Amino acid sequence: MRVNLTVNGRPQQADDVWEGESLLYVLRERMGLPGSKNACEQGECGSCTVRLDGVPVCSCLVAAGQAEGREVVTVEGLAEFARRRAGDTASGVRGGADASLDAARRWQAGGTDSQTGENIELAPVQQAFIDAGAVQCGFCTPGLLVAADEMLEHNPDPTDEDIREALSGNLCRCTGYEKIMDAVRLAAARRSEGATT
Amino acid sequence: MTAIGAPTGLTQGSRTKGGIGESTLRPDGVLKVTGEFAYASDMWHEDMLWGQILRSTVAHAEIVSIDTGEALATPGVYAVMTYDDLPTDVRHYGLEIRDTPVLAHGRVRHHGEPVAIVAADHPETARRAAARIKVEYRELPLVTDEATATAPDAVLVHENRSDHHSGHVPHPNIVHRQPIVRGDADAAAGRADVIVEGDYYFGMQDQAFLGPESGLAVPGEDGGVDLYIATQWLHSDLRQIAPVLGLPEDKVRMTLSGVGGAFGGREDLSMQIHACLLALRTGKPVKIVYNRFESFFGHVHRHPARLHYEHGATRDGRLTHVRCRIVLDGGAYASASPAVVGNAASLSVGPYVCEDVDIEALALYSNNPPCGAMRGFGAVQACFAYEAQMDKVAAELGLDPVEFRRINAMEQGTLMPTGQPVDSPAPVAELLRRVKAMPMPPERQWESSEGADVRQLPGGLSNTTHGEGVVRGVGYAVGIKNVGFSEGFDDYSTARVRLEAVGGRPVVTVHTAMAEVGQGGVTVHAQIARTELGVAEVTIRPADTRVGSAGSTSASRQTYVTGGAIKNACELVRERVLETGRRKLGSHHPAWATAELLLEGGKVVTDGGEVLADLVDVLEDEVVEVEEEWRHRPTEPFDPRTGQGDGHVQYSFAAHRAVVEVDTELGLVKVIELACAQDVGKALNPLSVIGQIQGGTVQGLGIAVMEEIVVDPVTAKVRNPSFTDYLLPTILDTPALPVDVLELADDHAPYGLRGVGEAPTLSSTPAVLAAIRDATGLALDRTPVRPEHLTGTA
Repeated sequence: MRVNLTVNGRPQQADDVWEGESLLYVLRERMGLPGSKNACEQGECGSCTVRLDGVPVCSCLVAAGQAEGREVVTVEGLAEFARRRAGDTASGVRGGADASLDAARRWQAGGTDSQTGENIELAPVQQAFIDAGAVQCGFCTPGLLVAADEMLEHNPDPTDEDIREALSGNLCRCTGYEKIMDAVRLAAARRSEGATT
Repeated sequence: MTAIGAPTGLTQGSRTKGGIGESTLRPDGVLKVTGEFAYASDMWHEDMLWGQILRSTVAHAEIVSIDTGEALATPGVYAVMTYDDLPTDVRHYGLEIRDTPVLAHGRVRHHGEPVAIVAADHPETARRAAARIKVEYRELPLVTDEATATAPDAVLVHENRSDHHSGHVPHPNIVHRQPIVRGDADAAAGRADVIVEGDYYFGMQDQAFLGPESGLAVPGEDGGVDLYIATQWLHSDLRQIAPVLGLPEDKVRMTLSGVGGAFGGREDLSMQIHACLLALRTGKPVKIVYNRFESFFGHVHRHPARLHYEHGATRDGRLTHVRCRIVLDGGAYASASPAVVGNAASLSVGPYVCEDVDIEALALYSNNPPCGAMRGFGAVQACFAYEAQMDKVAAELGLDPVEFRRINAMEQGTLMPTGQPVDSPAPVAELLRRVKAMPMPPERQWESSEGADVRQLPGGLSNTTHGEGVVRGVGYAVGIKNVGFSEGFDDYSTARVRLEAVGGRPVVTVHTAMAEVGQGGVTVHAQIARTELGVAEVTIRPADTRVGSAGSTSASRQTYVTGGAIKNACELVRERVLETGRRKLGSHHPAWATAELLLEGGKVVTDGGEVLADLVDVLEDEVVEVEEEWRHRPTEPFDPRTGQGDGHVQYSFAAHRAVVEVDTELGLVKVIELACAQDVGKALNPLSVIGQIQGGTVQGLGIAVMEEIVVDPVTAKVRNPSFTDYLLPTILDTPALPVDVLELADDHAPYGLRGVGEAPTLSSTPAVLAAIRDATGLALDRTPVRPEHLTGTA
């Protein structure tokens, strides 16, 4: 079957999709977006977390056909998504997450051309993960970033327990989570600093 | 075309000086947070096929027949291979003992053993074709524990053994046995005022790295193969792969692809040979990616163990003797079992002074899943048991458990049970003191103005208690782990370091075969190069087999050994550069001949800080490159009868304090805080060091309260091969993890550093167990602890 969906702001089409293929498979194998990871294929680990019409989902549990006509944001588009959201907030767009989400949907992801990652613009939560040492092997990182970014969107000043609850669907085997906590706290703190200055 | 996702060099910018001791950030960090970092499972190649492995559905059986006809006839299938299709007479592999068939030959020895492989143009086609292969099994009696392994009529898991351990083991179903006898335990027992015995069981743990086994094999025009692979040791893989393919090693070109964690589970081969076989057979690139279910069968696990201990002590709290017997279940193939036995035996007493010991450790062959390396490697199982014993003896004596440990704590100069002196700092008492001195988490921390926050209570969001029936407990533990490969192993690494001027700036390139598995070796390697060569810009080349072996990313050894190799190569480069400088510019300034010269900030400077020249002016068009092997001091094997010998390179120590709360009515445990103090010798990158300590600590928490591969005792089949049924700690299960890092230099090691990664995995588990015992008053002689063990309904 053919599936049409919008991924990171760009209309995409996949042909010859099997009925059994997941959104994760289509993203990774048919659209050249392997950032979302497959670590369990049963919705336990959260490594494949993407946003489907704004809602964080395990893309391994979404049949590709269910994504027909819908909008997907993956880790590859997170920086641009966050930039648009922040830009619209700064220019006075009000109404919380939903309004900025609509604005964020209008953007097109820019290409990245550097294997070394130099000079790439990052979302605040991505930068915080690097700065706090929240990345080791990094396999859980894409899903955690999408989940953490979504939490901070609707809860900009989370308690530790809020962070733990929001990220409890994302397994990490390397860090023991403490640096991930640090990273999310850091992203929240920078955001509130930015808001007051 | 080249394979998509093939790694390029990682170049780190020059914002900071970035030498050792600084928390420089990962050079692969940006790639990993943007989704650009190419893991082995992300590799892609035009015309690529997908490989699939058919695995045995029974644990022990004769293969009566295999019918591949229907699979081969499936549209989209390019190849189906079984044992009979292997290209050479070399059809087995193994880390130490080559006892593992590439594909089963006439018999399967454990549930999930590879029987046949398929290549097809879609992964689902490959899966369906594999399912169409008809294998007829005739089941055989099972070996599942020590009793069935050593019974008079026991089935032999491996007949006609000829490996180098087969001559000294008491039974062919025992892979390796290591006794250690020192002093006179019988006589010492006579001096004991109290004697405490205990039997313990340690469950089978899975490494559960998040990035499943995967790789891409691309056939070459020269008849060779390029393999992009997630592994822990490229050259060890190469030595096992090439003979099976019938290729010389230089025609199997291996490149490390992105590795999603390892923890020991990638020491053994998984799909490497299978992908290469299918690629060479079909002439097309072949990618194999395990799903999580297959991953549980696709790598070895931590050995489950039965441990019997006897400790004696005098009234004043001094250990008189330790007797112990540790039986590890190695499963169907040897893997790393012999070395795990050596570790379990030599570290079985823990970080304590005890002159009179009688120790025996052994690993069984059985029809259970094969077990091998996992973080902590034999020392973990022992620590769980000896620390339980230390608490029991302290209780018998009426002593505080930390005070009892302090009285018996080893220090620099203490002799190990092997007779080896501990010849660098061993701050066991100090680590315990520090971890005990940390502030305690507040009581009833779950209370708030809005009532109980169930997220902080046992049972969590299941909302099973608002504090009723919840009891707090505190426990302590400390452990000792060896660093590096032991028992006389030639444990070297190789580094190629290149210094040149590029665009008017000095640039260093570091090339090793070290497997970056997440630990941050690439960060530290660049730091070492900056410190030694005073050059900000360092490029870390992708790890591959075009450079000499780096040894394994295991045994807490890479910063020590490959870090040591880079330091050494940098020193040789520096000497060459300074020679060049003396030759070209020596006449310009007398200090070239007289002063101690350093490289700093891209310049040649005297130890007094005077700048003599810019490196780019010294180098001009010259490229200085050195490739050199580097070794730590040698070790020696343990005597096969007495266990005596200087078998280990270095020891590392960590202590934990666990605070838990237990819902005693439902048997639910919430770990409130898990504090660690560890001596790291020298923290080359403090941020990474703390990350290692916290990660190791939580893997220890996992085996304390949730993680266990459950093997059916009747069928020897794995019951829970999924993340639904094998429970890993989530962020909600994980407490605050305060860390206190001590830096007491080991004069034998580069920069005084001490391997970091494993020690925190040891003491974490027994500390949590001790805290649960403290809360409940229960004896708890097995790990993990499940609710039924706390409610008396087991």
